[in-house]
Amino acid sequence: MSKGYDRLLAYNEYKFNIEIQQGREVRKMIEMFDVWKKYSNGVFALQGVNITIDKGEFVYVVGPSGAGKSTFIKLMYREERPTKGQIFLNGFNVERLKEKQIPMIRRSIGVVFQDYRLLPNLSVFENVAFAMEVIEAPKKLIKKRVPEVLELVGLKDKITSMPNQLSGGEQQRVSLARALINSPSIIIADEPTGNLDPDTSYEIMELFEKVNYKGTTIVMATHNREIVNNMKKRVVAIEGGKVVRDVQRGDYGYEN
Amino acid sequence: MKINTLGRHFKEGLKNIARNGWMTLASVSAVMITLLILGVFILLAMNVEHMANVIENQVEISVALDLGIEEEEISQLEKEIRTMDGVKSVVFVSKEEGLEQLKERFGKDAYLLEGLEEENPLNDIFLVQAFEPQKTGVVADQIAKLSKVEEVDYGKGTVEKLFMVTNWVRNIGLVFILGLAFTAMFLIANTIKITIYARRREIEIMKLVGATNWFIRWPFFVEGFLLGVIGSILPIILLIVGYQALLDNLTTSLTISFLEFLPLYPLAYQISLLLMGIGAFIGVWGSMMSVRRFLKV
Ligand SMILES: Nc1ncnc2c1ncn2[C@@H]1O[C@H](COP(=O)(O)OP(=O)(O)O)[C@@H](O)[C@H]1O
Ligand SMILES: [Mg+2]
Repeated sequence: MSKGYDRLLAYNEYKFNIEIQQGREVRKMIEMFDVWKKYSNGVFALQGVNITIDKGEFVYVVGPSGAGKSTFIKLMYREERPTKGQIFLNGFNVERLKEKQIPMIRRSIGVVFQDYRLLPNLSVFENVAFAMEVIEAPKKLIKKRVPEVLELVGLKDKITSMPNQLSGGEQQRVSLARALINSPSIIIADEPTGNLDPDTSYEIMELFEKVNYKGTTIVMATHNREIVNNMKKRVVAIEGGKVVRDVQRGDYGYEN
Repeated sequence: MKINTLGRHFKEGLKNIARNGWMTLASVSAVMITLLILGVFILLAMNVEHMANVIENQVEISVALDLGIEEEEISQLEKEIRTMDGVKSVVFVSKEEGLEQLKERFGKDAYLLEGLEEENPLNDIFLVQAFEPQKTGVVADQIAKLSKVEEVDYGKGTVEKLFMVTNWVRNIGLVFILGLAFTAMFLIANTIKITIYARRREIEIMKLVGATNWFIRWPFFVEGFLLGVIGSILPIILLIVGYQALLDNLTTSLTISFLEFLPLYPLAYQISLLLMGIGAFIGVWGSMMSVRRFLKV
């Protein structure tokens, strides 16, 4: 099969083996210690967040608009940098990564962006394929796997469309397909059902469940009350940049 | 990097050129205009340099030998001068030949020289040229020290002034070209920067989904390279055609010996390679410099 793709999988397995050999198997996917984030305009988006997310967990991040959910998520893959505090991802100190390690770490993360972040000049197929080209997967595998994943998110018939020809919900699902394509060890999703109708939302949630069942850690910010209440997963509530609630098998807890 | 990936980068670079039509046009135009101006000045400078060389190469040392010198001593002296450091050529002009030349120069008035054949007052001379015309004075001083040499003359003073002028012309040309090259570089880099600035969000996205810096850079490298090369084609054609026309018109009207222009070949090849190289270099450089800022994600 694909060398680049195998390399990525081997890389994840290698890390895992090293950890076991050193007798410190990292069970934790994400750890934050006293994390603060102050934006350049002076807004404190996060104020002393402490959290631990284990491998294989499924976590909902809830809270009102402007609470700091997106900031919390962006710190994990280093789109934003903390003003203070430590962040570990799969045992790596995110702030102390070498320039060369950053892309490697990001490849082990699948991000579903709140604003989709599709490459405007590339078709749906090319956008998803891009994530595989980055890891130098062979063309044949790309041609085979991209349509499979697009089918999974219900976009098989949009494969040649350009992003600006898609609805918000469709773009969101392209972003999801791109996040899934390399079977990352963690998926971070910022309101991935924000623009979907209830039926599609439900299908997408089943997809997340399936991926999680296979061992992938999932962190998802959401405003979708029904889904949170039905799924009975861990719920972390953020308000005013602070974690105000963190419960297993929790409820959404807001009246929307 | 795999061959496959290299192919991808190349294709991606080509696609970007086609996709960003207006931006490509802007960058290529910037390259064309600056290379055209630069090319004109390079041609000018090369010709000025050539002419300065022609003039400088006319400088020679006239070495007058003692009047009663024997043939053996002459060939001994010639050998000595020939083996001197920095001497390019030595030509012997006997006093009889000297007189002939003098007569030719007098033309109508040559009768004034009649009767001198029996009691030829001229010296036998060597005409010596230095490898580096600017070292003529040094060589002349050395020759002057040899025995059986009566006098050396190379136009001391005048020649030094001549070299000062040619050096000035060269330096001014160089400064001009360097200045122009820098201006070209920044103009082109700036145009490319603007076109890449429009794509900074794409670069950010690529980085966030795990692309390495070089994965992002390569297509831009290809793009910059092609912009530079494409942009150099029209200036090259214009310059060669223009230069050819110039030669056709000038060689007939101007026949002063030192105003001799460089022939079209191999100049045409040199200028083509040079401009294409400069275009490609500046394109790649501008492209790389512009991407650099947006890779820090
Ligand atoms: N890039 C930014 N620059 C300045 N302020 C920001 C930026 N991003 C977010 N904020 C501010 O930080 C706070 C938290 O925002 P965000 O993390 O997006 O919250 P949420 O995702 O929960 O709606 C808000 O007050 C928002 O205005
Ligand atoms: Mg948000």
